Amino acid sequence: MSDLLYSSVEEDLRAAVRAVLTDHCPPSAVLARCETPAPYDPRLWRTLARELGAAGLQIPEEHGGAGAGLRETAVVLEELGRAAAPTPYLGSAVLATTVLLGCGAADLLAPLAAGEQSAALAVPLTADPWADFPAGVRADAAGTLSGTVTSVPDLAGAATVLVPALGQDGPALYAVESTAAGLARTPRTSLDLTRPLADLTLHGAPARRLAGPDTAPGILRRALLTGAGLLASEQLGVAEWCLATTVDHLKQRHQFGRPVGSFQAVKHRLADLWLDIAGARAAARNAADALASGDDGPETVLAVAVAQAYCGDTAVRAAEECVQLHGGIGMTWEHPAHLYLKRAKADQLALGTPGRHRAALAGLADLPAPA
Amino acid sequence: MSAAVEVRERVRELLAAHDPATTDRLDFLRARFDAGLAWVHFPEGLGGLGAPRSLQAAVDAELAAAGAPDNNPRANGIGLGMAAPTILRYGTPEQQARFLRPLWTGEETWCQLFSEPGAGSDLAALGTRAVPDGDTWTVDGQKVWTSGAHTARWAILIARTDPGLPKHRGITYFICDMTDPGVEVRPLRQITGEAEFNEVFLSGVRIPDAHRLGEVGEGWRVAQTTLNNERVAIGGQRTPREGGMIGIVAATWRDRPELRTHDLHQRLLRGWLQAEVVRLTGERLRQQLALGQPGPEGAAMKLAFARLAQELSGLEVELLAEDGLGYGDWTMVRPDQVDFLGRDAGYRYLRAKGNSIEGGTSEILRNIIAERVLGLPAEPRTDKDVPWKDLAR
Ligand SMILES: Cc1cc2nc3c(=O)[nH]c(=O)nc-3n(C[C@H](O)[C@H](O)[C@H](O)COP(=O)(O)OP(=O)(O)OC[C@H]3O[C@@H](n4cnc5c(N)ncnc54)[C@H](O)[C@@H]3O)c2cc1C
Repeated sequence: MSDLLYSSVEEDLRAAVRAVLTDHCPPSAVLARCETPAPYDPRLWRTLARELGAAGLQIPEEHGGAGAGLRETAVVLEELGRAAAPTPYLGSAVLATTVLLGCGAADLLAPLAAGEQSAALAVPLTADPWADFPAGVRADAAGTLSGTVTSVPDLAGAATVLVPALGQDGPALYAVESTAAGLARTPRTSLDLTRPLADLTLHGAPARRLAGPDTAPGILRRALLTGAGLLASEQLGVAEWCLATTVDHLKQRHQFGRPVGSFQAVKHRLADLWLDIAGARAAARNAADALASGDDGPETVLAVAVAQAYCGDTAVRAAEECVQLHGGIGMTWEHPAHLYLKRAKADQLALGTPGRHRAALAGLADLPAPA
Repeated sequence: MSAAVEVRERVRELLAAHDPATTDRLDFLRARFDAGLAWVHFPEGLGGLGAPRSLQAAVDAELAAAGAPDNNPRANGIGLGMAAPTILRYGTPEQQARFLRPLWTGEETWCQLFSEPGAGSDLAALGTRAVPDGDTWTVDGQKVWTSGAHTARWAILIARTDPGLPKHRGITYFICDMTDPGVEVRPLRQITGEAEFNEVFLSGVRIPDAHRLGEVGEGWRVAQTTLNNERVAIGGQRTPREGGMIGIVAATWRDRPELRTHDLHQRLLRGWLQAEVVRLTGERLRQQLALGQPGPEGAAMKLAFARLAQELSGLEVELLAEDGLGYGDWTMVRPDQVDFLGRDAGYRYLRAKGNSIEGGTSEILRNIIAERVLGLPAEPRTDKDVPWKDLAR
């Protein structure tokens, strides 16, 4: 049975990340930044990635990383979710890093491990581990790439873009410098203000091939599986913030001569939400532990599908309850509840919807659909 | 020697000295108790070894593999899950020595005389009176919904000893002899057709003071230990993946493709997901308990368990289509054990309705989570500080 608790090392890491986020990333700062063209606070990212080494947690020490693992990475994501922090962590430290580890591209890992650069994986945020290898980008005989990929997360600030493309001999993974000729990035106006998306267009962009048809599909799938499984931890953090903030508010807020939180109709909703979040915590930890084992067998795939099917909906429900139970203030731009609602709703679609992951369970748990 | 090694050594010694194939069932169970292998986390001399609770599963598995008899825990759930931990916590050495061994072996089963017609969710309002007379107490009153009263040798009982105090303070906890001539047990037929529970009339029942558990007036506090353990006993069982209700539904789904519809498929996948997450939540709770950091998930597990059991058992009846219209047997029987999963789909559907009522209703459990876990303020109460005798009823 997997270890579903947090080790003391993990708790120390959590405390360190939380301290940084409390200092650099209060809700007011997140809100203010949403309305600037620079979606990320470079100082925050530098502190997290460089000083805490959070970006290189899953990178082995010989490549300059911390040589920790995905359980620790998941703890960072919980805290980033709790702060609705705008950082390229999911795109760079999870998705792109997992691809580079799979490709064994040591030279590209080093600047990520050191927190000097970030990278992006050129897939839509909605990509899921069960989909076919993407066909939107093609490599020609000279190895240059052409095509488009829409809604790519964390693309804007990335120094390197990792592109799944169909080469002459089949699926392959390429690295393209973000400054390369023929590469263009077009920001989208995204629902989630704290995780910007952009479209990638390639016109004969020079690229370096990292993996060919033998390994590229497996590497991409592992990255999407890792992303989906660890996103559950971010969703847990989002949900925990929403519940805690709502409970605090309802202890203070008086109507009808008593705290609103003393009304049973409200209490029972919060008790149910608490129970769902306890489930989300167990499921998210289980997925992180399974992924950390490095085994991609059916148990790991199942743990990811369970976690993502469950946590995606739980975070949305928590955020929706948070808005509703704050009343009018929950509808304001000024109160941070909407940041979490937007993050939760976008995360629900990210890396496979809950419905997609439940559908995967049909195969994984041998519960076949009607003929 | 590590605890795990010692426990394994004890199992080997027990099996060597008492070959399960040739030893009388009860002799074996008694020897197992005396070897400290009944519940390893209990103290030595009381059926345990003071070892971590987490080692129990391995002991059970090893003994079962060797063909050893078990103590038929389903026939004595209240004794094992509720009376025993309360006696361990509050009992005198004499009480512990007298009651725990036959309780564990199943020679003496137990029932719980808590609920009354006028005191269910508001258990502290109970009115059964216990009046002291020298070193015995005389008990008069009525209890209801008493599972297994018809087979029990002993009961855990709470009764009012001081009506002049506010309701939580005038209660005392006793061990009641179910063979006392003043105890009358009448079956109450349930929606399943059978009578698992009973009403129990207590008329001049005599209880020696030596069978009082905890101090006079401390009964409410003692009862909390019982109730907390009840919730863990009902919802906190370790189950493998697809253990319990989901396993039955999933097996039917696999065996009978002709029953499958798209709507049922969607709901089955949701149910399966829910069951797996509840299983993981329970597993996480047990890992916390093993590290001595009990989380508040305890009461919640029963809430989650009830919700799931009801959803899945309802789904099973629908899945069975025409077969779902049948029912095994409505004959009134008085079963000697509680079985949530036994018999047929219709029985499971009906029995699961009790899961959100027995051991504290789901509404009360939500109150507990909201107030004790989330720290939300209590609702205004008019009854708390009023002497019990002056309460409206
Ligand atoms: C199968 C079964 C076995 C049982 N076995 C035993 C046993 O062995 N021993 C024993 O002592 N008892 C036993 N019980 C009794 C059980 O503990 C009580 O039925 C339960 O505590 C509810 O009490 P009640 O029936 O009086 O319902 P009530 O307390 O009258 O509740 C009626 C409804 O009102 C709701 N309600 C009550 N108060 C509140 C509140 N403050 N806020 C919101 N909603 C509220 C309840 O949730 C319920 O839905 C058993 C019950 C069942 C169903």
